[in-house]
Amino acid sequence: MPAEHAPFPEVVDLDRPGVDPPYDYPDYVGTRLRAPKEPLVIIPATLSEVTGPAYGESAIGELDHDLTRQHAGQPLGERIVVTGRVLGSDGKPLRGQLVEIWQANAAGRYRHDVDTHDAPLDPNFDGAGRCLTDDDGWYRFTTVKPGSYPWKNHHNAWRPNHIHFSLFGRAFTDRLVTQMYFPGDPLFEFDPIFNSIPDEKARERLISRFDLDLTQPEWALGYRWDIVLGGREATPLEDPHHD
Amino acid sequence: MTETYGLAPSQTVGPYLAIGLTRDLITPQVVDPADPRAIRIRGTLIDGAGDPVPDGMIEIWQANAAGRYNHPADDRDEPAVEDGFLGFGRSGTVDAGRFEFVTVKPGPVPWPEGGMQAPHIEVGVFARGLLKRAVTRIYFPDEEEANAADPLLSRLDEAARATLVAVAEDGGLRFDIRMQGPGHTTFFAV
Repeated sequence: MPAEHAPFPEVVDLDRPGVDPPYDYPDYVGTRLRAPKEPLVIIPATLSEVTGPAYGESAIGELDHDLTRQHAGQPLGERIVVTGRVLGSDGKPLRGQLVEIWQANAAGRYRHDVDTHDAPLDPNFDGAGRCLTDDDGWYRFTTVKPGSYPWKNHHNAWRPNHIHFSLFGRAFTDRLVTQMYFPGDPLFEFDPIFNSIPDEKARERLISRFDLDLTQPEWALGYRWDIVLGGREATPLEDPHHD
Repeated sequence: MTETYGLAPSQTVGPYLAIGLTRDLITPQVVDPADPRAIRIRGTLIDGAGDPVPDGMIEIWQANAAGRYNHPADDRDEPAVEDGFLGFGRSGTVDAGRFEFVTVKPGPVPWPEGGMQAPHIEVGVFARGLLKRAVTRIYFPDEEEANAADPLLSRLDEAARATLVAVAEDGGLRFDIRMQGPGHTTFFAV
C-alpha cells in the first residue's frame, strides 16, 4: 500500500461557519440514529466537487411554478406569491437554476402516505412546484401558505409554517436543500430544526419578508426570499479542529 | 474578494421529500438501461440501529465513461463531453431503504496536485434526521491498481477505504450506506 501520503485532516463537522447546522443535534430526535458521528475526511476541491449538474435547458411544465392551478379547482388557503433571487456567494445571479419546492397544504397536511396528521387533504393541491431562474436569477412561485402541523419530536411539537426548497448552484459542493419560513412565526423558538442553525443571523436568512410591492391587489400576498448558495470555496484545511 | 453575502443555511429534507424531489425530471437512470455500457448500482441506506431508512434520497454525480464532466469547470480539450450524458441521478429509498441507479462506470479524472483519481462517483445522502447532506464516494472493485494509487483512498486506513469500494453482486454492484456504527460509511467534508 502506498503509505507515503500524510493522512487527510479529519473534522467532526465542517460547517460553513455559523451557517449550517451540525449533523449531531439531539434536540431533533431524528438525528440520533442518522447523523454521521465519526470525523469527516476533508477532501480538497477536485474536478468532481467543482462541477455539478445544470438543468437550465429542462422542459419545465407551464404550470409547474403555480401550485394553485394544477387541478380543476383552486386549493383552499391564503394565496401567496413567493419570489426572490438565487445568487452565488459572490453575489452574482445564478441563471437557469432549477428550483424545486414542496409543502403542506393550508391545513398542514402533506399529500404523502406517511403523513397521518388528522387534517384534511385538499383535492386541488399537490404541494409540489418547480421553475427555472431567469437571466437575473429570479424564481417565482404562486401557492398557498402552508399550515403548521404536529410532528411528535417532543411533547406538543409543531413545525413553523415552511416551504421546502431544493437548489443546485454552480457545483456539487453548492447543492442545498433547505426550508423557507414566514415572518413572525410564534413557533420559531420551539422548533429544533430551525434552531439547529448556530448563528441567529443565519437562521433569520431563512425567513422570507412580506412585501407589499409584490402583493397583488385582490389576489395574493407577496413574500420575498433571496437564496445565496456556495461558501465552500475556501476549505479551511489548516484548522481542522474548530469548535 | 473577501465579501461574503449571507449564505442560506441547510435544513433537513424531512420525511416528505418524495413529493418534490423524486418525480419525473431527475431519475435513477443516468443512462438508458439499454445502453450496452450500463451498470446497476444497488444499495441500502442504513441507520445507526442497523435499520433501513425508507424516507431518504441518494443523489449521484459523475464523469462520463471517458472521464469528462459535463460542466464548464471541466474545460479540458479531451476527453470529450458526450451528447445526452449529464451524469446526475436521484433515487429515493422508499423500498425498505433500497436505492438503485443505472449508469456507466466513469473514467478517471485528474487530481488537483497532478496524476489521476481512480474512477469514482460522488454521492449525496439526504433524509429526515439529516440537517444537511452527507457526502461520500463510490469506487469500483475492478480497479484495484487505480484504487491503490488513488491519492484520496491511499490516505485512508483499510477499514475506511473498504466502505467506499462497491461490491460485485448479481452482475451489478452493491454499495450500502451506513450512517453510524460498526462499518459506518466514510463521509467527506467538501
